[in-house]
Amino acid sequence: MPGSWYLVVAALLFGLGTFGVLTRRNVIVMFMSVELMLNAVNLTFVTYARMLNDVGGQIAVFFVLVVAAAEVVVGLGIIVAIFRHRATITVDDISSLKG
Amino acid sequence: MVVLGLVIGFPLVGFLILLAFGKRMGDPGAGWFGTIAVASSFIAAIATWIVLLTKHGSHRTQVLHLFSWFHAGAFQVNFAFRADPLSVVMILFVTGVAALIHLYSIGYMKRDARFHQFFIYLNLFVFSMLVLVTANNLPLTFLGWEGVGACSYWLISFWFERPSAASAGKKAFIINRIGDMGFMLGTFLVFLNFHSVSYSTVLPEAHRLPTGTAEAIALLFFLAAAGKSAQLPLFTWLLDAMEGPTPVSALIHAATMVTAGVYLMARLAPILSLAHAASFTIAIIGVITAFVAAMAATSQTDIKKIVAFSTVSQLGYMMLGIGTGAYVAAIFLMVTHAFYKALIFLSSGSVIHSLDNEQSIRRMGALAKLMPITAWTMIIAWLSIAGVPPFSGFFSKGSILEDAFGRNEVLWVVGVVTALLTAYYMGRLVFVVFYGNARWQEVTHGHEPHESPRVMTIPLIVLAVAAAIAGLLNLPYSGLRFLHDWLSPVFGSALVNYPLSTSEKILLPATDAVVALLGVFLAWRLWRSHSERKALEPTVLFKGWYVDTFYDRTFARGGTALAKLGDRVVDPTIIDGAVGGVAWTFRWIGGLGRKVQSGLVRSYLLIMIAGIVVILTYVLVGAAR
Repeated sequence: MPGSWYLVVAALLFGLGTFGVLTRRNVIVMFMSVELMLNAVNLTFVTYARMLNDVGGQIAVFFVLVVAAAEVVVGLGIIVAIFRHRATITVDDISSLKG
Repeated sequence: MVVLGLVIGFPLVGFLILLAFGKRMGDPGAGWFGTIAVASSFIAAIATWIVLLTKHGSHRTQVLHLFSWFHAGAFQVNFAFRADPLSVVMILFVTGVAALIHLYSIGYMKRDARFHQFFIYLNLFVFSMLVLVTANNLPLTFLGWEGVGACSYWLISFWFERPSAASAGKKAFIINRIGDMGFMLGTFLVFLNFHSVSYSTVLPEAHRLPTGTAEAIALLFFLAAAGKSAQLPLFTWLLDAMEGPTPVSALIHAATMVTAGVYLMARLAPILSLAHAASFTIAIIGVITAFVAAMAATSQTDIKKIVAFSTVSQLGYMMLGIGTGAYVAAIFLMVTHAFYKALIFLSSGSVIHSLDNEQSIRRMGALAKLMPITAWTMIIAWLSIAGVPPFSGFFSKGSILEDAFGRNEVLWVVGVVTALLTAYYMGRLVFVVFYGNARWQEVTHGHEPHESPRVMTIPLIVLAVAAAIAGLLNLPYSGLRFLHDWLSPVFGSALVNYPLSTSEKILLPATDAVVALLGVFLAWRLWRSHSERKALEPTVLFKGWYVDTFYDRTFARGGTALAKLGDRVVDPTIIDGAVGGVAWTFRWIGGLGRKVQSGLVRSYLLIMIAGIVVILTYVLVGAAR
């Protein structure tokens, strides 16, 4: 299987994730879509590492995973806090940043 | 020339010390201190004079250079003072008369709530005047010029609790600004032509000046002098200046501020002598001012206003002298005028003082027996200003009139008529105030007015002696022309000589004497037992020819109307419109941006991703090329 196929899959996954973030209203689903985008990026990293014979890409994946884990912790914390406060996790109802 | 520094330094130090400790010195300590400061300055002035006396010719001009004030490119101004025969004459009588006025003020201002403050201003006034007369360049002269202007503002409005005094101070200040514009433009013009503003450079080279430029410079500086020396049409402030305490009036009128204009003209004599048309204009304005003011003086009822108009009139004579090239005569009249005008003011002040600040001559009368010293000194001053021989005014005014006769007979005729009026209106003052019926009962509630304290009468006596004999300074047609010999080197070729025939040399002074005596006689006939003669005091003269009314109707009301127009039309529509318009525009632009800030995370994300797509496309397309 040529490496470019992996890249195509990664691009499709990234676009799917982006689409999910933009269209879904539920914060948790948006969150999951973000994870999907991150994994698409990870796939790209691994593919390029194989193609270029460089472990740098593989190492980058670990960093992304670590950051994603940390993000989940913080993000879920915020989501729980918002839910407690406003009893909703629909993003369109949360517009305190309005100018 | 350190001694010249002392002349200027004493009043300055006096001012600073009074400023710091004056309140603690109190009444009369601060007064004595201020007086001593100016008296010391007078002694230093005598020393300066003696130093110059020991020198000869051009060595009589000495410059005390202190430091460089500022310079930019070719333009350099130094803090440099100049002792030459002209400035020495000035510092002698300025400090001398000012010291006497200080002494008198100790009595006059006694128990005033702001006694020490009065002397702070007085010392600063004298200092400014000394800077003005001894400065060696035009900007430094201007510094003193503005200094006396500021001090006159403070002193005229010294009793600022009275609205009239406050506005009189402002008026003096504002009208003088008109003249200052002339001073500044003149200075610029001098610099353009000489690349210097120092008298040491400009005056010796004045003869290179093209005639047209000289005329312009002369007229611009005359505008300045007309403001300071109260010439037509800028004299109205001097009448309002009577709101100040009487010693202030004496100081301003006799020795300081108003003589500054005449002094400036004399200083610039080398330039003036090239400007024939301007000089003749000055002579005409001077003689008209003298006549107009003398007419107005005949109908005033406020004692100080009579004297104020008299000052305007005398200054007109001095300008007549300047305009005819009789610079020595003008300075001679200025010196004698300093004595008798200070005396007239201080005597008037003595009367006002004893009558609880009453100034209307209608409520005076019969004071000669109660206040003999004041009365006699006033009479000496009257005979001096009237030009009765052998008092000083006879010689000083006579020499002005002689040169006026040499220049143009019409000038002389107007001058002689004015001399008649001078003798008459001062006689009216003396007879109405000191003789006739006593009309002061309601002012003093029946008490008798009394002679002033000695601290006030001593200056009167000293000034009376000076006013009587000052003619000796410059006796005509004799070897005793000290002032002429002393000042001639300064003016040099600028000084005009009008040869007179032998008969004229007798007839002219004789006319002066007859005219003076006629004026005295008229005053005696008309006023010795009257205090009021409506036919001789027409309203138009009482109102000072309505000059002030005219200014009020045109400039003051015009300015007010203009301001109202601005307030009601320009401000609400144009200014507020522009300011409001700017605010509205930015609020509108902000409103556009505000719509983007919806608070919806997804729309932010969409914008962000759209941006990324645009940038990526741009980069990729760029890479493909």
